[in-house]
Amino acid sequence: MLNAILSGDYPRSRVLTAVLLVILICLALGPFLFPSTRAFTTLGMICIFIVVVASYDVMLGYTHIVSFAHTMFFGIGAYAVAMVIASMGSSFGAIGLGVLAAVLAATALALLLGLLSLRVKAIFFALVTLAVAFAFMTLVNQLYTVTGGEDGLRVRVPREIGPAFRLIENDLYGFSITTFLGGLFTQPWNLGEVIRESVYSVRVTGRVVMYYVCFFFGLTMFLLMLRMMNSPFGRVLQAIRENEFRAEALGYKTVYYRTATVVLAAVLTALAGVLFALFNRYVNPENTLDFELMVFILLMCVIGGMGTMYGAVVGAALFLLAENYLQDLLAVLGGYVEGVPLVSGLVGPERWLLWFGVLFVLSVYFFPKGIVGQLRLWADERRRRAAGGDEDQSDRLQQGATQPAEQPKG
Amino acid sequence: MTSQSPVLETEELTINFGGHYAVNRVSCGFFPGTLTSIVGPNGAGKTTWFNLISGQLQATSGNVRLFGEDITRLSAPARADKGLGRAFQLTNLFPNLTVLENVRLAVAARHRTGYNFWQMASRRRDIIDRAMEYLSQVQLDKRADYLVAGLPHGDQRKLEVAMLLALEPEVFMFDEPTAGMSVDEVPVILDLIADIKRRQDKIILLVEHKMDVVRSLSDRIVVLHNGELVADGEPAEVIASPIVQEAYLGAPQQAAS
Repeated sequence: MLNAILSGDYPRSRVLTAVLLVILICLALGPFLFPSTRAFTTLGMICIFIVVVASYDVMLGYTHIVSFAHTMFFGIGAYAVAMVIASMGSSFGAIGLGVLAAVLAATALALLLGLLSLRVKAIFFALVTLAVAFAFMTLVNQLYTVTGGEDGLRVRVPREIGPAFRLIENDLYGFSITTFLGGLFTQPWNLGEVIRESVYSVRVTGRVVMYYVCFFFGLTMFLLMLRMMNSPFGRVLQAIRENEFRAEALGYKTVYYRTATVVLAAVLTALAGVLFALFNRYVNPENTLDFELMVFILLMCVIGGMGTMYGAVVGAALFLLAENYLQDLLAVLGGYVEGVPLVSGLVGPERWLLWFGVLFVLSVYFFPKGIVGQLRLWADERRRRAAGGDEDQSDRLQQGATQPAEQPKG
Repeated sequence: MTSQSPVLETEELTINFGGHYAVNRVSCGFFPGTLTSIVGPNGAGKTTWFNLISGQLQATSGNVRLFGEDITRLSAPARADKGLGRAFQLTNLFPNLTVLENVRLAVAARHRTGYNFWQMASRRRDIIDRAMEYLSQVQLDKRADYLVAGLPHGDQRKLEVAMLLALEPEVFMFDEPTAGMSVDEVPVILDLIADIKRRQDKIILLVEHKMDVVRSLSDRIVVLHNGELVADGEPAEVIASPIVQEAYLGAPQQAAS
């Protein structure tokens, strides 16, 4: 059962398993564990970006296709649904039409990009995607009559997924992890009081419904991609990554495989874009198409660990948490060093990107294979030591981060 | 040789690299059930000719025909699909995948499972078992789950051969299969090639420098020199011909033989 769900591709590291379980539980029970709206938004974004980053990993990590047009496909999804709703009014029919338009547009553009430029060298493909993505962003900015230009579009979602809708009349109870942990550290003698304070009421609005749409979308799409990467198709992609020349000599028409990969990633990202528009209820070039966002997606993929799928989950979660909460942390730290010249300038909430850059450099330096790759490496080393320095074992190279295990290890 | 038209044929096959004719108007036909060795000094154009036949290079002029069909303009994967199997001279594998996965990819190519998005590759026991069979034929089954990058050179050469076997091609193209192997590993590969020759009615092309190997295995020897075909015939006759003595074998080889 579990083998079929995870497609035989286990985390293969106890620490990683634990991290993934924590992320899964936090996302699954999100609205019932974190009372703040900011946490709610962050968790929803993590669900959506898991799909965005995982589909980028399919290209970058599994097939070695470097594309800078990933945000373009994300934007296509977001704008498709936003524009259809803007012109047709808010209904589920309009959303359906938006999804259809998004999928068709993404497929057509990805096919074109793939067939036109995957025949040429990888660097040219990267440059072509960059050019197309910028052209698309300019187009969206210029066609302000339909796209809203730089102001973007407000997305009026149907009532059932809006804040005014109540799925259940009565409120449910949530248990605030943050309050609980805070209380546990500051007044552990008052445990009963702390627990009582941690309980809060949750109104099950359409926003919560929308959150769970994002959650199940993220979960199923992630598992779908995990399955695909462990299918015969996915194995061919890895072969292309390792040695395209040889894959061709075996009879694999690599142009088709690479094009299929680009289309797959484009469609899944466009779908994620649709959900982003519906969850965020506001679409503009900055939050969907910006080059900065593209770089962030790349970072999430690399930090998490390329070619591992699970890296997308860890990378997206870590990055979005840092993006949303590193500023708070810096504000707190900034309070301590106020008045100290230079240092206070360095430790301000607006400096979060600087500190994130430092974290990124450190993580790439110490975890060149990404977090997931490194955790698996450590787990392999530990297993090998446990096996007892057997000559034959130490001779064997570690199974790399990207290596699917034929036999799942408990 | 039979009078019917050959299964694999190159016709005036030529490639020109900026004025240098690496392969120059080479015409040669091959029949099933024969092992042809291609010999010639380094730079004679043996590997280039192989690349033209299996599609890694596109000919400047001339044709390649397989089963009467002109395949000159087909891509390498299309030719592999039609039965041209190639093992490479410089080891050319998937370094960060396991030994088993390398062969499994070859078997899967033969079974055309590549566009299966849904099934788990690890559930295709039939393909994995086939791959293991080929690995045991080259005595690599004990190293199935090693990463290729960490294999000794000799084992990488064996794996190269196993992948060619796994393709079950109509034409086996071996490019110096025993180069760099230790003395005791060579017979494994030679026995395999002899075995294909004995049991399967296929075309086998072999680029090889070791003359004793060439002499014992070949039904026919083709000599290339400066991109041109200079001799073609029975082993004994070709080896004895003055042009080969001069162009390829040279004095030291003569003394050894």
